[in-house]
This record gives sequence, C-alpha cells and structure tokens, in this order.
Amino acid sequence: MVIAGIVAGGVGARMGQNIIPKQFLEISGKPIVIHTIEKFLVSPSINYVIVGVHNEWHHLMIDLLEKFLPGETRVLLTAGGSNRNGTIQNIINKAKNEYEVDENTIFVTHDAVRPFVSLKIIEENVNAAKQYGICDTVCVATDTIIQSDNNEFITDIPVRDTMYQGQTPQSFKLGLFDEVYNNMTKEELEIVTDACKMFFLRGHKVYLVEGDVTNFKITYSFDLKVAGTMLGEKINDK
Amino acid sequence: MINKQYKLTSPYVIEAFHNSINSNTSNVIVRPEKLSICKADIRYYCGMRDTKVLKQRLPLALIHEAAGIVLHDPQKNYQPGDTVILLPNIPGKDDNYDENYRLDSQFRSSKADGFMQEMISVPSSQVIPYKNIKGSSAAIVEFVSVGIHAVTSYLKRKKRTPQKVAVWGDGALGYVISCLLKYFMPDVHLTVLGVNKTKLELFQFANNRLTVDELEITGCFDDVFECVGGQASGNAINQMIDTIMPEGIITLLGVSEESVPVNTRMLLEKGLTLLGRSRSTREDFEKTIEIMEANQKFASRIGMLISEEIDINDINDIHKAFQLSKIVDYKLVLNWKI
Repeated sequence: MVIAGIVAGGVGARMGQNIIPKQFLEISGKPIVIHTIEKFLVSPSINYVIVGVHNEWHHLMIDLLEKFLPGETRVLLTAGGSNRNGTIQNIINKAKNEYEVDENTIFVTHDAVRPFVSLKIIEENVNAAKQYGICDTVCVATDTIIQSDNNEFITDIPVRDTMYQGQTPQSFKLGLFDEVYNNMTKEELEIVTDACKMFFLRGHKVYLVEGDVTNFKITYSFDLKVAGTMLGEKINDK
Repeated sequence: MINKQYKLTSPYVIEAFHNSINSNTSNVIVRPEKLSICKADIRYYCGMRDTKVLKQRLPLALIHEAAGIVLHDPQKNYQPGDTVILLPNIPGKDDNYDENYRLDSQFRSSKADGFMQEMISVPSSQVIPYKNIKGSSAAIVEFVSVGIHAVTSYLKRKKRTPQKVAVWGDGALGYVISCLLKYFMPDVHLTVLGVNKTKLELFQFANNRLTVDELEITGCFDDVFECVGGQASGNAINQMIDTIMPEGIITLLGVSEESVPVNTRMLLEKGLTLLGRSRSTREDFEKTIEIMEANQKFASRIGMLISEEIDINDINDIHKAFQLSKIVDYKLVLNWKI
C-alpha cells in the first residue's frame, strides 16, 4: 500500500498580506492544494491521499473537496501538527486508524504548495522507497550556498558541487518512520522538523531522487505570480 | 492538476509548458507511455514546413502516434491501468465526410497539441482499449491504421479483382501497405519497388522485389500504391502511370511539401483513378487493433517495423530521439518516462 501524505498544515505566514494560507489560493481557477491532491490521485501507485490541514482551515478544506472532487472517497483529512513532522505523524496515525497498514506501507509525503510535482517524481519516490526504505527529492543547487551562523558575516561557503536543494516528496516505509520517530526526544522533535533529517540523524541512508526546478514551493507572492504565469495567466500589475 | 507539455517552439527547440487539467469532467485522463515519431513530426522539428505554417502553429506538442495507460476515468468505462491507443483526430461536426477529411477536424501534432505531454485529458471517443498487442507495437497502431484506411478505401473502390498489384516505397509506409495487401488479398501477386536493396530484404513475403531502375515492363500492374512522398514521388507517380493497366487505381499516400509534375496525358489516356488517402478514422483503429490482436503472424510482421527504442527521461532525450528518428530505417519507439 502506498499513501500520499499532503502536508497542508501551514498558516501562510510568509505569504505577505494574504490571510488565507497559500495552499488555498487559486492558480488557473483552482486552489493550489486541489491541484496537488489531484496529481496524487491519478498517480498509478498511490492508493490513498491523506491531507494534514490546520484545524482553523479544516472546514474550508472540506468545502474545497466537495466542490472540486465530489464523491472522491480516497481522500481523508486530518489535523495539522505544530510542525511538519507533527503533521506527518498525524497523517500516519490517521492511516493506522483507517487502513490496514503495515511496516512496509509507503508514505509519500509532499508539500501542498508544490503543485507542479510530476508523475515521474512521484513514481520514482515510490520505487526508491520500496528499494531503499527512505528517499528525498532534491535538485542540484545552482546558486552558491552561503552559510552564516550569526546572520551578519559569512561563516562558510560549501563547495556547490556537493550541494542540493531539498524539495518534496520525502518518502519512507512506515516501519522505519515508527522506529525513528519513537526514538526521538521531545526536544529533538521540536528542532528537527524535517522527516529526512530525522532519518539521517539516526544513521539511516536516505536515497536521492532527482527533482525538478518546476517542482518549486509556492512561498511568496512572487512564486504565486510565477506559478500563474507558467499556467498562462496574465499578470495584472496595474 | 498541473500537466507538463513538451512543445516545439521553433525548429530544433523544445520547451516545457504547463497547463491545468481538471479531473472532475467526463474526460478520460491518460498517461502516454509508448510514442512513435512520424515523418510529419520530423518536418516540423527540422523546420521543413512553410514558415507561415510554423508561425501559425508553434508552439506545438508533437507526435500523434501513441499508446498509454488510463489514470482516471470519471465515467468508469475504464479502470486505472487499462491500456489504450490514443486517437489523434479531433473530429469536426460535418459528418458528410469521413472524420479525417472534415475541414473542421483537428489533428494532433498539426493543428492541435500532440502527445508529448505528461498526461492528456480526452473524451472517451478519442481512446480505444487494447489488451493483446505485444511489446511496443502498440506505439505504431496509428501508423498501421493509416494503412488500413488506405487499403480498405481501395478495396471498396476497385472495379475488378486484381491479379497483380505494386507498391512504390521501401520505407515504413510501403512495408505496412504491403503487409496489408497480403493480409486482405493473400493470393494477389505483390511487387515492391524501392531504392534500397537492403531495405527490400525485409519484404520477403512479397512475390517480387525490385529497385525502381530494374522496372522496365509496361502495363503490368492492375493497381498500385504510392508510398514514396517528397519530390521523388513525382517520378514514382509517372512510373506508375506508365506501368499500370488501363482503368487502374493509383492510391497516393506519400506527402510532398512541393507540387510534383504528373503526366496527365497518359493518366487520361488510360482512364486512371488517383485516390488520395491520409490519416485514419476510429473505425480504422478498431480494425487495426482487431487484426493485430487476432493475427499473430501479421502482428509479428508489423513488429519488424520497430527499428529501435529509446527511453525519454528529459528534453535532451527528446532531441536524441528526433535525431535518431532521421536515421533509423523504419520506426523509432519512445518509452515516455518524462
């Protein structure tokens, strides 16, 4: 069984003036989160989709599903957590309650705000998770990465050839997630918000799946305009 | 959801585009899996079309020969994973004519985007299911259906039972037409004429194989088929006019960008019929699938047309495929994984 976990727990803090979280904003006449859910629903290896949504926006999400995906029984909702891993934990708990999962069940976790994810990336995640247990989607870094520990001066400039930018999906077998997650201290869980970092810290090998520059995260207003433009929308900057 | 399309924006330039597909319509959503490049695609890719046409039609997703798997069908006629052939013709409304000849019809990779896309959303009338077509042959069903369309059109129009027929062209189209003529008329005497002796070796099922300069006899064929195309089709047609029996049918299939001169005096003297055939109808596709599924001998003969396969993982691979398709003897199949 393969379950897609769509992480839509964010509250849109980085989006600028928008009150509605970015995953609910529309591109090409449809909310971003719906674009993302649809892509996973049609992916041949995905059995179910569970969406983790902040409680405040739970009802809006229900409305959107009824409007855009009426009668779709393969999508479930659960509450978002306090951070990314918390939302993923809620998604996993929901799956354990609703479906007959086992340690080999694969979870393909993905940001709701990356609607340009391709079928190829999803399939390669599933295949890599089956073979290696855990995988992360990455893109070769094109900008030089600058590190600063004090936000004032450079402390390091890592060699770019070895640098990648993390995207999603991040995928793993349930058995491995349970083993690692239950082994983390409360303090660690507050700091480590990324599932793959959690696996890495506990000594697991994480396989790299090649992402795509178009699989970008819609974080800022600028990204929303870029996404709209990519879909042929005209920019109204008057 | 967001779909990725790979479009030719100018000769030799392919770029990724995106569009939005709605899963909540009556359309079937299909993922193309096996594609094949046609000569028409190569002409677009290399800019060998009129500049006005290129300006009008580009950006354009190329390729109109494809098989795929169903991802989603709201009407539940198909299950996810079902294998289907994608039909390239978007029929117009004027049903006085076959759907492939209607002036308001649109053809993919010509007036409408072709199948170089991550997914395609189409009415169920534009897909046909198949189950027992082996290997990559599903990719060339469209190509075979064009042959079916031409041969069955000819069979409906012929006045007499032909004893001897000939096919001009040792390429992929000549091969398909030759296979079909032997399928529909096993007893007919078939001559294949080409320019490449090595390519003619593949036509072992024909009764006679000749290079065009070896043909000297006149008035020896009842009906003939032109599968040459390009400027050379002029010479081929005139050679056909010289060698065909009176009141014979010359079925034309090759595409020529420029006008070619035709010996109309002899054409009239012999009372010949020129029958132009292009593309195919849904009925032709159904017939093709039926024959390829039921007749293994025919299917394996057709399978010989696949010269090479190439995996497509990114745009660079698409360029490699187009370059390769220019030099392979017959058909190149693209395993569409992008």
